[in-house]
Order: sequence, then C-alpha cells, then structure tokens
Amino acid sequence: MTLVEYGDYECPYCGAAQPVIERVQARFSRELRLVFRHFPLVEVHPHSGPAAETAEFAGGNGLFWSMHDALFANQRRLSVPLMIALASSLNLSTVALRDALASGLYAGKVRADFAGGVRSGVNGTPTFFINGARYDSPNGVFGLGEAIDRLLLATTR
Amino acid sequence: MTEILAKGAQAPDFTLHVTPDQTLSLSEFSGRRVVLAFYPADWSPVCGDQMSLYNHILPEFRRYGAELLGISVDGAWCHQAFARDRKLHFALLSDFEPKGAVAKSYSAYRETEGVAERALFVIDEKGIIAWSYRSPIAVNPGADGILDALEGLPATENKDGDAQGSRNIA
Repeated sequence: MTLVEYGDYECPYCGAAQPVIERVQARFSRELRLVFRHFPLVEVHPHSGPAAETAEFAGGNGLFWSMHDALFANQRRLSVPLMIALASSLNLSTVALRDALASGLYAGKVRADFAGGVRSGVNGTPTFFINGARYDSPNGVFGLGEAIDRLLLATTR
Repeated sequence: MTEILAKGAQAPDFTLHVTPDQTLSLSEFSGRRVVLAFYPADWSPVCGDQMSLYNHILPEFRRYGAELLGISVDGAWCHQAFARDRKLHFALLSDFEPKGAVAKSYSAYRETEGVAERALFVIDEKGIIAWSYRSPIAVNPGADGILDALEGLPATENKDGDAQGSRNIA
C-alpha cells in the first residue's frame, strides 16, 4: 500500500493532519509506505517554499522525515532562521543549508512535485492518493484509516 | 438541472465589473484563449481553494496562451478584498447585477442557493467553447482537466502567452 500526501509545511490543514497520519502509519506500519510530495502555495504561505527546500536538503543528507516532522511541529513559527536552527539541531551543516536555499538547489525538485501534483488532479492541501487513486472524503483525513482498511480487505481476498 | 453549455457552443459575451470602477468584456479577448472559472463564493475556508490554486498555476495557463478569469456572484468590493488577501494575479468578475445573469447564460447557476456552479469553460480564439466541466459544488475541480483541454487545442503561432494583449488588472 502506498499513501501519497501532497502537502505544504505552512498549511494549517496539513499540520492538523499530521497526528492522524502518524496514527495511520503506526497502525499499518509494515503494510504502508508513505510518500510526501511538495505542494507549497507560495502566494499565501511565504515560508512554504523555503520549508519544502529545507526538507529536501535534509533528505539529501538522509534526514528528510526528521526535518519533515520538525517543520510541522514548528509550523506556527516558520522562518528561514528557524529552519537553520532546526538543521543545526539535526547536526546538518547550516552553511550548506543557507547556500542551498540561496542558490535554489532544491527549487527544481519542489517545482517538479508541484507540477506533477497539478497534472494528477491535486486540488488543494493536503491531497492524498491511496495506491494512485485520489482519496476524497467528507471526513477528510479522518477517514484515511478506514479507506486503507477497505482496500487491504479487498486486496487480501 | 440543465447541463452547462457544452463543447462547440458559442461562448455568450458579457461585460462585468472587475473592480468597483472597471468593467471587462469577453469580446476583448477575441483572438486569445480564455479559461472561465465560475465558482460559488469568495472566502471559502481552505488553503487550497480553487482560485488560490489556479493563482499558482497561472504560468501554466499562460504557457498555452490562455487568460484566466474567475466569476462569482460576489460584489466587486468583496472580490477586491478576496483578491488582495489571496494575492491573486488574475481578474475576478462580479456577476452581481442582474444577479447571476452571466452564470445563467452559461447554464451554470444554482437557483436554490443563488450562486454560480463550480463550472469550467475553456474558450478558444474564436469564442467557441472547446471544453466545459461542472464539478460537484463541494469539490474543487483542480486544474488537470483545464490543462488537458488546453493541451488538446491546436498549437498557437505565438507560444509565449505572456503580456501580449493581456490586461493586467491587479
């Protein structure tokens, strides 16, 4: 099972979805692969672009998910100085992060995620895909567990 | 419920307010492609609301030589505040008086709620509807359908859809 989330580190709805996704991950642990793709709405969330690039920078050093969690945990006070502090706390080179942000080293990767999302029918954040199919539910993120359950049942028969 | 205007129909012309003191007509876009996005109301309480999402995809629309216009029954002052808040870079038209008249002309008006449908129209250079789609009112239709439709149109002579003949109404 693959769960893809298109999200934005500055989107409050993505922030609110975090604990739910963590519960889903804990519950399905080995049966579920989580993929996060960047969909920063930079016009309304000025820090979402640098945050996505910071996560990618950490990913380049094998620490994507640690940075991902740290960014969401600090969602209400996102800023570039804070991102640099988070990098430092993960023992990543703050100089290298500053350079990566300044040169847009990961900007292309973030843009490619965004463009791919648009073509796949992402219509806001967070948007989820379960095994490639867009998940739409009036219960939003809270129905994810149930939807994955249903699919697992269907596939194990 | 009648179906919204379909592919092949002439797109009804209109003249509507884009700001409290400026109007815009569809005929002004003759020779250009237009993406017309009807939506129920400004200020939906989500980050990725339809207009906000399209705002981030504008460069894609322009790459296909298409101009985006949003339309709802909200008044021009409301649109102005909404566009500022969401930092929109395209025009929002006010289908305010007579209320919903333009939405009705595209068969994209919901009488019971008194708002426009979530209905999308891609209009070609000749003013003919090339593609249309009505989304369930609660579902933001995204942009993939629009982009597929634009991709299906014959290539334009001038691939750079920027600025030429487009009006910047910010």
